[in-house]
Order: sequence, then C-alpha cells, then structure tokens
Amino acid sequence: MLKELAKFKGFSAKNLPKEEPFAPGHRACQGCGEVLALRLALKALGMNVIAVSATGCMEIISSPFPYTSWRVPWIHIAFENAAAVASGVESALKALKRKGRFPKNRRVDVVVFAGDGGTADIGLQALSGALERGHDFVYICLDNEAYMNTGVQRSSCTPYGAMTTTSPPGEKSFGQMTWKKNVPAIAAAHGIPYVATATPAFFLDLMNKVKKAALVDGPAYVHIFAPCPTGWGTKGEESIMLAKLAVETRIFPLYEVIEGKYYITRKITKPKPVEEYLKRQRRFRHLAEEQIRAIQQRVDAEYERLLKLAECL
Amino acid sequence: MGKRIAKEVSIAIAEAVKQCKVDVIAAYPITPQTHIVEHLSELVASGELDAEYVTVESEHSAMSACLGSVATGARTFTSTSAQGLALMHEILFIAPALRLPVVMVVANRALSAPISIWNDHSDIMAERDIGWIQTFAENGQEAVDLVYHAFRVAEDRRVMFPFIVNIDGFNLSHMIEPIELPDQELVDQYLPPFKPKYKLDPRKPISMGPVGIPEIYIEAKKAQDEAFKNAYKVVVKAWDEFERIFGRRYNPVETYRMEDAEVALLIMGSLAETAMTAVDKMREAGKKVGLVRIRLWRPFPLKDFVKAVKGVKMLAVIDRALSIGATGGPVAVEARSALYQVPGRPRVVNFIAGLGGRDVTVEDFEEMADKAYFYMKKKPKEPYEMIGVKE
Repeated sequence: MLKELAKFKGFSAKNLPKEEPFAPGHRACQGCGEVLALRLALKALGMNVIAVSATGCMEIISSPFPYTSWRVPWIHIAFENAAAVASGVESALKALKRKGRFPKNRRVDVVVFAGDGGTADIGLQALSGALERGHDFVYICLDNEAYMNTGVQRSSCTPYGAMTTTSPPGEKSFGQMTWKKNVPAIAAAHGIPYVATATPAFFLDLMNKVKKAALVDGPAYVHIFAPCPTGWGTKGEESIMLAKLAVETRIFPLYEVIEGKYYITRKITKPKPVEEYLKRQRRFRHLAEEQIRAIQQRVDAEYERLLKLAECL
Repeated sequence: MGKRIAKEVSIAIAEAVKQCKVDVIAAYPITPQTHIVEHLSELVASGELDAEYVTVESEHSAMSACLGSVATGARTFTSTSAQGLALMHEILFIAPALRLPVVMVVANRALSAPISIWNDHSDIMAERDIGWIQTFAENGQEAVDLVYHAFRVAEDRRVMFPFIVNIDGFNLSHMIEPIELPDQELVDQYLPPFKPKYKLDPRKPISMGPVGIPEIYIEAKKAQDEAFKNAYKVVVKAWDEFERIFGRRYNPVETYRMEDAEVALLIMGSLAETAMTAVDKMREAGKKVGLVRIRLWRPFPLKDFVKAVKGVKMLAVIDRALSIGATGGPVAVEARSALYQVPGRPRVVNFIAGLGGRDVTVEDFEEMADKAYFYMKKKPKEPYEMIGVKE
C-alpha cells in the first residue's frame, strides 16, 4: 500500500463531508448519472481544489454565464486539452509555492473532469502527455459512452452494438461495430501510481477512490461509468439501477490499479446475464441473439483477464 | 548598463526571459525556435532560472498548459514556429478572450506545404486575428528589448492580453549580434511582479471560461475589442518608460529617410536592415526613396502609420506572406484599408518577397522601388506581384 494512503480511513455514511463544492441549479438532464458522479467526486475532494473541465455536457450545464455551479476555482479552455491545462495549473502552483507566492503548506488538488470523447478520443494525447510527465493531479473521465452534448454520436468508449446517431443500425450495421476502448488500461500502462474505475451506484466506493486518487503523489486516473438517460434511451429514475447492473453483469467491473497492481474492489461471483442490462436500454433494442451472445462472451473473457491480472500478484 | 557582447539572438532572448523571472515555461521543440527553448531548459536545469519547464507533447498542449499556468497566477512563456503555431491556433483565440497574458516569441517560418523550415511570415499572418498584441523585431537588440516590453504590457492590469514578439526564423533567431543585456536591477525596475486581479485560487474561487449564450456573446466580444484598442496607449507608454530606464527608443512605426520621399517601402521584421542599405544606395543615386517599418502589428497603429506615409506618392508594401486568392498580401490589404479614407493618400503597390527563406537582396529592393516609380505612370495589371520568381 502506498504510504500516502496509509492514513486514509475512507468515507462512510457517518463521516460524509458537508460541503457541496458543486452547486445545484445546473442544467443537467433529469436522471443524469454524470453530474451525480461529478458532485460526489468534488464532495470527496473538498474545497481546496482547482478544477479543469474539458468541453462537454458537464461544462455546458454548469456554466451558462453569468451562472456557475462551481464553488471551487474552475477553468474551461477547450475540448481536447484539459489534461494539458491541468499540467499548467499544477506547474504554476509548484513554482508559486517554491517562490513563496502561494502558501507552501496549503494542499490544493488539481482535478480534471472530461467526458469519454474528451478522454478516449480527442484528448488522449494530452492525457498521455500529462500522465507521462508525472504531474500531481487527478484525471476523472466521466464516461457516458458517447458524445451526448452534441446529440449522441459514437465515441471509442461507446459499447459494442450500441445505437448512436453516428452508429445507427441498418441493413449492414448492428450499431457500434467495435469494442469499447480500455482507457483505464492505457492510463495504467503509463506506470502512474493510481488508476481506478467507479460508478455513482456505489457512491462511497466512488468517493473513496477519488480521494485516494488525490492523496497519491503524482498522476491518478479515475474512470467513472455514468448512465445517460437522454443518450441511452432509459428512464431517468433507472440510472442508478443501470449503473449497478453494469457492475453486477461484469460489464463494468470495479477495480483499482495501485502502483501497477490490480485489485478488484467488488468481486462479482454470481454475475447476472448481460441481457438484463441491455434490454432496459433503447440503444440496444435492435440487437439480435447473436450480438448479445458475442457481448456475453466478451464480458466473460474480459472479466477472466481482469481476474488473472489481480491474481498474478 | 549591461555589457554589449556578441550573442546568438535566440540565446539572448532566453536570457531576457530569465531576467523577466518567469515562473513557468511550456514548450515543444520546432525549428527554428529550438535554441530559445533549449537555452531556457539549460537555465532551469542549472538553477539559474527558478521556473517549471513543462516538456509538453505538442504545441497545442504547450499553449493549453500556458493558459492553465497564467490563470493560476504564474508568469508564463512559450515559443514556437510555423506548424507549431498553426497547431496552437484553436487555443490562441481563447487566451485573449479569457484575458490570460502569456508571452510568446514566434520565430517566423514558412507554413507547409512544401515543408520548409525557413523564414517568412506566413505562420503569423495566419494568426493575424487571434487578438494577441503583436510586435515584429528588426534586430537582436530589439528582439530582446521587445521581450521585456511584452511582459510589461501583457500583464498590465489595464491590458491583460497575451503578447507575441515576432522574430524572423534563422535570419534573426540564429544570427550572432552584439547585444546588450541590461542589469537585473533595471529589468526589475521596469517589470513589476505579476499580480493578476483574478486567478485560480481556492481562497477566492472564480469560474473561468464559461458558456457565452447568444444574449451575452457579442457583449463579451465588444468588451474584448474595446480593451484591446485601449492597450495601444499602454504599449506606447511602456516604450516611453523603456527609454527612460534603458535609453533605447521604440515606436509603433519607424521611418527611415522619409523626409521628402516620393516612394516608400513598407516592411516588417529583419529585412528592414537590408532595405535600409537599399534606400541609402538609391538616395545616393538621387531617388527619393524612404522606408517605413511597422513594429506594432496588433493593435494596428493606424494614426502612426498614416502619419508615417504622409506626402508619399507611392507606397510599396513588401509582404512576406501570400494570401492566396486575396487582393494582396496581408500587410498590403491592411495598408490599403488603412489609407482608403485618407485624403491625398498614396497609391499602394504590393510585392510578395522572400517566401520560404528566399533571400531578398539590396538589388531586389531597388527593383521594387524602380517598379513603384514605373507604376506611378502606368497602373499595374495585378494587385500584387511576386519578386524573385525563377522563370
């Protein structure tokens, strides 16, 4: 265990922070899993934060001038560069602290919030650069599995078979024809101290992981699975249930990678069939038996792979 | 005062940046900017400069990191050229709109294709309208002096705009020239510490870079435009102050042998040195030719420019960039537009010269001046022509 994490006892229902760094009144859709994840992540981090947003849903819904939901300092520059902006913020803090222009002992966590497109597609280079350089910051990918802000276009995090406006099913297509990009594995390949996956359905787990990500020295990456009723064609009140199902079907396993070692944080011994998760969403409505079987096989194989990664150690 | 010693201009620029006590440098290597950033990383590595040097993975990230840094309240520098500047393009517009005063030296180089590492102004002319204050240096001393000036103006609370100092790639960046680096005390006297009114600080949270809905977007742009125009006064005042402290005088527009001139050559950057030699030669031959050089490109010094060319019959604008499909090179288009409302304005002819590192010689300038004389009698067929093209 990393020494920075040794003293961290974890959040519980009894010691949740009272502060809400992310204010209500924003313009997110009803049942948005992403904004819930964002709120919980900031709650875990507290008020001594500088937040950087990539362009995307969370940026748009939180900052229609003159309103803002950010009670912590916040900056948005563009879509693909949030990790680079955070590099600048972190470097500035380092220099200013060293030169006595910012209180030396005041801890400030630099955190990035970006969507799956801003992370896995257009922002991957900036993310990789920032992770490789070793900046002390937390990168949080809020993954709702498509470009929702622009009207549900596919990203490389869109799951196999999903219907989006640029992966429509038709005579010659069953929707998204490729498998979801494994961004946590890419992040882990940089040899950074902390990588984790989370979902707002397990909110204490999410908050603990985000806090740990902030506590470690150096870069940390947290990939948060965030249901999107608007983009997925689901009921707003089912977002938490779907996020839970994604874990229970092993579609989105929860784990940590600490200093390269994999730890499964919620073992699923009796997985539910993936069909239970798929059938509740309009984006998968068109899938045939064949594709559902392919998804089940892939999920089984990926989970086996993950188990091996965790066992090896 | 400091000593005047022979130095490569890039090295001198890096030394000047050090004297400005920057906190953060984020840069990506590209020819011909490299010597500037290499020397800065040496200065950081040796401890002579106490700064964070962020070795970003692209120019896009360089500019992005710079904005994050300035927004946090750190004095920030970067440098680039050509393709690198083009890659920054998207972020360049965001810096002035968020009032983030980064200072950047652009070692001007031709844009691809064909790929060329050599000098012209096509990189910066593609970034004409980004809303940064921009100056062009003629020689090494001026390049260095413009760096101190850039930080002083950019970070002034009445300004708070990013600033580009343009230097010609190779033709200036790699020259060894006698350059005087002033004493640190004088630099400190000229350049106060960076204290932005707004910054990212948990003790006083603000939101930067919000959504501009149609109800406020145009007002935001109007405010930016007004503030940018007002920056002119600070630019000039900072040069007054520069003269007082360092003893060298700079103006938005410079003139050379313009008394009674019939034909004026208009140019920006280091080619002005060659042009001056040509002017001297032509003056000796009895031709009334002078030279106008624009140092402050943005905000465009309209009044200074109009005053500088007053009484001239023919203004020959020499562009170092091609604006394909337009009615002239970028500087000529600007000059024609600036003069259009002026009674008794000079006629404007436009030459495109020195693209992609092609030398522009004294003879070339003489040819252009001769053509300008010729066009006094006979109107040119085309709005611009290229000089030195091999048939």
